[in-house]
Amino acid sequence: MTEDFLLLKPDREVGIVGYGAYVPRYRLPASEVARVWKEGQDALPVEEKAVPGLDEDVATMSIEAARNALKRAGIDPKLIRAVWVGSESNPYAVKPTSTIVAEAIGAAPHTQAADWEFACKAGTEAIQAAIGFVGSGMARYALCIGMDSSQGRPGDDLEYTTGAGGAAYIIGPKEQSLAYIEGSYSYVTDTPDFFRRPGQHYPQHGHRFTGEPAYFKHVLTAGQRLMEELGYKAKDYTYAVFHQPNTKFPLKAGQALGFSEEQMQAGLLVPVTGNTYAGSSLLGLTNVLDEATPGDKVLLVSFGSGAGSDAFSLVVTDLIEERRRRAPLTQDYIARKKTIDYALYARFKKKLEMH
Amino acid sequence: MRDVSIIGIGQTKVGEHWEKSLRDLAVESLQAAMADAGVKEADALYVGNMLGGEFVGQEHLGTLIADFAGLRGTEAFRVEAACCSGAAALRQGYLAVASGLHEIVAVTGVEKMTDALGCITAAGLAMAADGDYEASQGLSLVAVHALLMRRYMHEYGATNADFAMFAVNAHRNAVGNPYAMFRQPISKDAFEKARMVADPINLLDSAPVADGAATVVLCPAERAREYSEQPIGVAASAAATDSVALHDRRDPLFLEAAYLSAQRAYQQARVSPADIDLFELHDAFTIMSALSLEACGFAERGEGFKLAQNGNISLEGPTPICTMGGLKARGNPVGATGVYQVVEVVQQLRGQAGPNQVEDPRLGMAQNIGGSGATAITHILKAMN
Repeated sequence: MTEDFLLLKPDREVGIVGYGAYVPRYRLPASEVARVWKEGQDALPVEEKAVPGLDEDVATMSIEAARNALKRAGIDPKLIRAVWVGSESNPYAVKPTSTIVAEAIGAAPHTQAADWEFACKAGTEAIQAAIGFVGSGMARYALCIGMDSSQGRPGDDLEYTTGAGGAAYIIGPKEQSLAYIEGSYSYVTDTPDFFRRPGQHYPQHGHRFTGEPAYFKHVLTAGQRLMEELGYKAKDYTYAVFHQPNTKFPLKAGQALGFSEEQMQAGLLVPVTGNTYAGSSLLGLTNVLDEATPGDKVLLVSFGSGAGSDAFSLVVTDLIEERRRRAPLTQDYIARKKTIDYALYARFKKKLEMH
Repeated sequence: MRDVSIIGIGQTKVGEHWEKSLRDLAVESLQAAMADAGVKEADALYVGNMLGGEFVGQEHLGTLIADFAGLRGTEAFRVEAACCSGAAALRQGYLAVASGLHEIVAVTGVEKMTDALGCITAAGLAMAADGDYEASQGLSLVAVHALLMRRYMHEYGATNADFAMFAVNAHRNAVGNPYAMFRQPISKDAFEKARMVADPINLLDSAPVADGAATVVLCPAERAREYSEQPIGVAASAAATDSVALHDRRDPLFLEAAYLSAQRAYQQARVSPADIDLFELHDAFTIMSALSLEACGFAERGEGFKLAQNGNISLEGPTPICTMGGLKARGNPVGATGVYQVVEVVQQLRGQAGPNQVEDPRLGMAQNIGGSGATAITHILKAMN
């Protein structure tokens, strides 16, 4: 394949007709992890992270986000021809989360359903597929969700950041969209920066190898390439949202691409939600859409370990104003919080094994 | 025994080489050194490396690197002496040429550390300590040095802040070294606020693990000018040992091996510490800088940390150390470090140290230390012009 056709763009233009966020109620301050494991002395990569309650998992959280997306889209769920959930913390190893979601929101049975896996970019991967599904005319609407409730080994660096939450997007025709997609681009390589083998409860990460050769290489290449393909510079965008495993990485990546902190501020939720994995960049995008005005351009770049990045260029339309208020805003969920200590966290996340 | 000269040097940038393998790094530095010396073949290649097997699953390095550098057929093998492997390989090369057995010998130090996870790196480095009596009790190499530093502070009334200038000096010098890992200065204040690694050793007391390779090419002194306009003489090469375990030492606060190897080197070169114009010491931790200065006769017992104050160790001072950044800021690719030190002394004696040039040096010393002081190999180099 030549490099003349790298921009992904369907024949029929598509966009986001509805979106919905979900962040669980509980918060674990990073200082609490440091208190238990590092005698209170450590560099904290976030302020706090969202923790799911005892009765929450990726299925329930996906349903919450999907219902919010449906409210904003204002469509009959039976018109959704694909329900796709991207996650690395599905409740079942074998049995789709997506069928549970499809049934719960009324999209079943005449729909396609599948779970997607690509570490933290499983959600945007589903959106890439949905662009093709809807853009080809096979479906009028497709629901894509990025949602996680991920695991960090107690005492590991990841425990500070492994949060919970995510977002749902209904992809549909451009003319019905509150933000249409100008084009997208995907960049992947075989890079073993982070993985979890079958049967393992916690992932293995490559320490500093997760940075430059993994996150930055893929995020920067995908973001830069998409802008080049579209003929844009950073200054052409009002907002930029990046996958956010911690506070430092997305800011550094954005700066390298020429974005200011102001352009990244709305899409940077990791300090208060933690890393929501497949939900990470997609949750940043819901917060951007909550405050964007018609005509604003948004660059979205995800990252999934293993590794790859999907980059999207979006333009917000006039429909945003009216649809925004149909469902809770991202900040409503962030403000709805209850701080817990490490002991309750250990119980909620089932860290205590009682034999 | 013949006099020996260094006729070529080569080095890779020290850092996190995600895109280069151990062999890539070694071959790059070896080919650079051979090009510098203007030689296409070598009678032998000795490779200094500590943990190739542990970190990248590769032993048999001498043959591997010789093959990929186009030297298939030559004598080649690896030399290991923990963190002192680089200098040990150089000593092997020195002996081979001095004995008359070989004419042209290449010595490469190489380590590829950043492919390994932190826990693997720590466990690997702990193999430099006594496995049965130190490592298996949970002592990492940092922890062993932390015990040393704590005792030193107790005995001599030193504080953490008293060691700051060793790190500040190293970073200041690394700014001018394009091959260094950390080319940014640090402040005394930043040192004092640095996160603790193993109390009392903080992050800025410690040299970073890194990837890198460095090579020198040796030949008999009488033939040196056939290859180089600026050959550098090896005035001394001396090795010594102490107990591997810290608790077995007669006096843990005196680096006996460093002392013995330095004394032997001074004797061979017929010089004293006062004659040394620059000293590349083994600053894996700042405490080692203080102890090395004392063991090698640059400071009295318990006074080493004081030498760091008032510019004594700066490029312009009476005892310049870590002139290209040292282990602390050039980086510490463990098995390669001893060769990097010698390459840097050669740069200084050739007058090729750029902004870091010490004024008109004639004699430079490099001392590479294994473990917490168990092995020490000292080389003294001299300008031949």
